[in-house]
Amino acid sequence: MAKRAAPEVNAGSMADIAFLLLIFFLVTTTIEKDKGLLRSLPPIDDSEVEPPIIKQKNLFTVLINRRNQLLVEDEQMELKDLRQAAIEFLDNGGGTNAEGASCDYCQGKRSPSSSDHPDKAIISMKHDRETSYEKYIDVQNELVAAYNFLREREATRLYKRYYPNEDKVYAAMLAEKEKNQFKKDEELNERIETIKKLYPLKLSEAEPDKN
Amino acid sequence: MSKFKKGGKSELPAISTASLPDIVFMLLFFFMVATVMRDSSLMIENRLPSADQVEKLKKDRTTFIYAGKPSSQYKQFGEEPRIQFNDAFISVEDVQASVLQAQADMNEELKSKIVVGLKVDKDTHAGLVSDIKQELRKANTLKVMYIANAKAQQ
Repeated sequence: MAKRAAPEVNAGSMADIAFLLLIFFLVTTTIEKDKGLLRSLPPIDDSEVEPPIIKQKNLFTVLINRRNQLLVEDEQMELKDLRQAAIEFLDNGGGTNAEGASCDYCQGKRSPSSSDHPDKAIISMKHDRETSYEKYIDVQNELVAAYNFLREREATRLYKRYYPNEDKVYAAMLAEKEKNQFKKDEELNERIETIKKLYPLKLSEAEPDKN
Repeated sequence: MSKFKKGGKSELPAISTASLPDIVFMLLFFFMVATVMRDSSLMIENRLPSADQVEKLKKDRTTFIYAGKPSSQYKQFGEEPRIQFNDAFISVEDVQASVLQAQADMNEELKSKIVVGLKVDKDTHAGLVSDIKQELRKANTLKVMYIANAKAQQ
């Protein structure tokens, strides 16, 4: 008997099969895009060093009680006013920093009863154990927004010429750094550091009372 | 005798569909690679808070801790908010060990850059979150990210 050649397999239905699989994966795919507020916790410090004394005027206290009400600098405040209040406090520039330099880029009121210098200005936040997490994140968000607003303003003032087409210069710089994470751009990093140094993020959180 | 057809309607040739499987396969592979099968099913309610100052998360160096009320199928665990790590409920004291374990499983060069993503339900009380943060400080994993839904900036 003569050997018969194997008949050609019909590949016409290949596309149908592939489509079926494609639709399955299309439906099951969730491209995850998690975003959030990045914060650093303070390390545990067991040393017995006296904490430095901070002047009351350099401290911006934010308290949230168990009913989710805000107490800012001993006055009750609505959440929508918090950002502006924090900006005014940070940007006050009423005195000098540790090196004795005064804040020449601040545009605040220079009131002697508010913060001396952005270097010294500390936002201290404390919440109750029963505060809702949503409110807590809202407050964190407003405080970070205050810092971002000031950094954005300084970035626009200093580096606008490098980014003439961008509305948000600081955001554009950070985006560029993110994009070039595998090839370091020293100049860009230096500029970002400069901005961060002008308004260093000093946001301390006290532990809620145990009761 | 002419070599060229004169007049006469020339029919459009049919479009070849021979490359269709290739195209479809290409898409198929993309979605196969992009698909993440959920590795931990949530046993808690998880409605995230929203914020507008959010940054992107670097997935490769992040380990997640979930917290919230047990969802309706897990009513036997009570009403109080619980902490979930991977597939199980853990107590506050176990957070440190779990995070250190996750850090040990990580790539060598990323170990020091570990970020803990906190996916916490917005109705949870903040005391639980500060307990978790206290444990994270003990584990010396100091970078945390409060995962939130992005909302449009005002």
